[in-house]
Amino acid sequence: MKKMMKRALALLMAASIAVAGTGCGNKEKDASKKADTIKIAVSAEPDNLNPMLSAASDTEGIMMNVYESLLTFDTDGNFLPCLAESYEIEDEGLTYRFKLKKGIKFHDGKDFSAKDVKYTYETLAGLNGSEPLKQVMADVLEAVETPDEETVLFRLKHVDAGFLCKCIVSIQEKDYKDDETHPIGTGPYMFKEYLQGQKVILTKNPNYHTVESRIPEIENVEFRIMTDNNAILMALKSGGLDIATVQPENIEVLGNKFEIVEGMRNAVQLMSMNNAVAPFDNEKVRQAVNYAIDKDEIINTVTKGHGRRLESFLSPSMQAYYKDDIKGYETNLEKAKELLKEAGYPDGFAITMKVPSNYQEHVDAAQVIKSQLEKVGIIVEIQLVEWAQWLDQVYKNADYQTSIVAHTGKLDPQDFLNRFTSTYGKNYFKFSNPEYDQLVIDAASTTVQEERAEIYKECQQMLADHAAAVFIQDPYLIYAVNKNFTNMNIYPVTFYDMGSIRTVK
Amino acid sequence: MRYALRKVAAAVVTLFIVSLLTFGVFQILPGNPAEIMLGVDADPLQVEALEQKLQIDKPMVERYLNWVGGAIKGDLGDSIRYQIPVGELLKSSLPVTVSLALLSILLTVVIVVPVSIYLVKNRNKKSAVIFSSLTQLGVSLPSFWVGILLILLFSVTLNLLPSGDYISFSEDPMGSFLSLILPSCAIAIGTSATVIRYLKNTLLDEMTQDYVRTARSKGLTMNQALYRHVLKNALLPSLTILGMIVVDVLGGSVIIENVFNLPGIGRLLTSGVGNRDFPLVQGIVFYLAVTVLVMNLVIDILYTVVDPRIRIEGGENR
Repeated sequence: MKKMMKRALALLMAASIAVAGTGCGNKEKDASKKADTIKIAVSAEPDNLNPMLSAASDTEGIMMNVYESLLTFDTDGNFLPCLAESYEIEDEGLTYRFKLKKGIKFHDGKDFSAKDVKYTYETLAGLNGSEPLKQVMADVLEAVETPDEETVLFRLKHVDAGFLCKCIVSIQEKDYKDDETHPIGTGPYMFKEYLQGQKVILTKNPNYHTVESRIPEIENVEFRIMTDNNAILMALKSGGLDIATVQPENIEVLGNKFEIVEGMRNAVQLMSMNNAVAPFDNEKVRQAVNYAIDKDEIINTVTKGHGRRLESFLSPSMQAYYKDDIKGYETNLEKAKELLKEAGYPDGFAITMKVPSNYQEHVDAAQVIKSQLEKVGIIVEIQLVEWAQWLDQVYKNADYQTSIVAHTGKLDPQDFLNRFTSTYGKNYFKFSNPEYDQLVIDAASTTVQEERAEIYKECQQMLADHAAAVFIQDPYLIYAVNKNFTNMNIYPVTFYDMGSIRTVK
Repeated sequence: MRYALRKVAAAVVTLFIVSLLTFGVFQILPGNPAEIMLGVDADPLQVEALEQKLQIDKPMVERYLNWVGGAIKGDLGDSIRYQIPVGELLKSSLPVTVSLALLSILLTVVIVVPVSIYLVKNRNKKSAVIFSSLTQLGVSLPSFWVGILLILLFSVTLNLLPSGDYISFSEDPMGSFLSLILPSCAIAIGTSATVIRYLKNTLLDEMTQDYVRTARSKGLTMNQALYRHVLKNALLPSLTILGMIVVDVLGGSVIIENVFNLPGIGRLLTSGVGNRDFPLVQGIVFYLAVTVLVMNLVIDILYTVVDPRIRIEGGENR
């Protein structure tokens, strides 16, 4: 009831904002004002300013403006040279030789060279005496060699087709110790200040030239930490923000002062079913649920059509690896009932669904699914849990029956599809299939791109066939961008690319 | 003197119990701060390293005892989420909440006193009836809703005031005032409606007292009697309400601070709970408890200022 009230109020408010917006469209004052600061909303507090110690994608999205890596990527996820000019793969995939660019300086004026790359990778992999910081790096890296100032050689323990993705690692200055409080990198923006709970302020790096398209134009960037969607909407309308992600239902409300930039965010929203507990340990039950659910209805109601329907655990953002002809599940209630009968549940059953309460899109999806599953006799009890609780109960301990959440993709499908392997620590789906595990292992050691893609496509079909979960959609990332600015790019991973932003004259 | 000692002792015991309660709640709450911080993509090694660094791999009891030890010496420990001393976080959030509180209380008083007097003087007129019903509305309106309406009107439509943008006093005094005026109004509208209803009723009660008749009969006009005698007497009960409101606002208006994106105590508290930041929550709860205790003391003193009788009687039972 209370929730409905809140909803009704929110609706009313959105309506009144729309009215207010149309009422005074021409009263804006500052069209000619020089835009020297751009303000963008981020939803989470940085976890750590030192990239080696950080894991949150929002933080990475900010700090990629300050730090750079050997390679970078374009909006389609293709690799581009960044700190490295070129690379060669030698010894049948066991050695990677990177040639570095010359004349690049850190923000404190020191020259960037091979020693900084060596330092960064050795620290991550634990090769310089200390404990490793990243398991994936420690597993693959044997040694880092620097024959000269501009060359770095990575020697791998075994062939890893995903190693190039691991080269998207922020390179940090050797012997600089204050990355946690005052990060220093080579990127288009320099760190200025972090006010806890408020904002991260960056300022233009006037000497930047590593990647031409990212030479910054705007003097200052403020990442404002804002969690309340209504507050964000208000701030956009009143000029307190220039860029923010908005919900599909609020696009209309914003009016013509904003450009809407949207695209797939390389994520998969899914309904997980605990494969290890009854009734979902029965594949037929999982398939029945897949047949009972109407994904198009979820997309049309929850994301108002701003989402891409999926059949398996990979978004089409990953063009090269995405299987676009997967045999999935078309809604078919008769078939669902039949499968339930075969599985021994002719009258259906009752289940609980733990949904993180801070994600409206998942809560909404849960409501729709609840009513869809009712039609085949599955009674869903939705339990809203706090994020911390979700992490603990569902994600860590797999203490649940069903849940809804979205997983954010990586540049390398390896780091994403491995979530369903039985060896993955946080495989809370409890999907366990030796054949699948073997496929993922095989893919990692296959360096021929086409062959590798084939294996990943097979993986996707397998997840669909065994109904490992209900793969719903890739909900679009929607940015509202003040029309004073342009060129906000959407990447396959979170990256608030401020260097590319241009002002509109 | 004994009275003061008793108060201090009670305060210390209260503080201890409060901290124990927080500790108890944290025992039950599921969630690992390191995992919350690093999110679903964290490498297990990173989580482990962070746990060690934050010392949250130690048992909760040990951490609590350490905290108590530190707190006695005036050290509230380091926040887990922000990795800076809790005292520093409080210091940076406090000015926001305190200025918000002061401004909204000021606004409340400025609204309450004249309106109540107007209502009492014109209690039989239609306008007063309408006004009275408006206060009913003011009491019922949720403050976040009022806040959003205010932003809509003043920031979005009229484009007069900023929103979503807090400016500190040292940065720009005028800007700071402007960034706080809307949230203060949002708070003051609700609180003044409450206090008006209270003050109006006490005023009406007092008006029927014998001393008013005496005052009138010795030649004072209605206004003179009202301002010189009745108002003073009627203020006393309202002071209690006002004190409670001050404590409430000083505790951080979680909702208002979120709607207006103000980096105050309320937001710090929600983030502390959401991140399972034990030292931070303990610190804030500690601050809240101290605030309540201090405010009660201030109100006690104010009573004696307003009403000398209390001073003479020595404040028994209070």
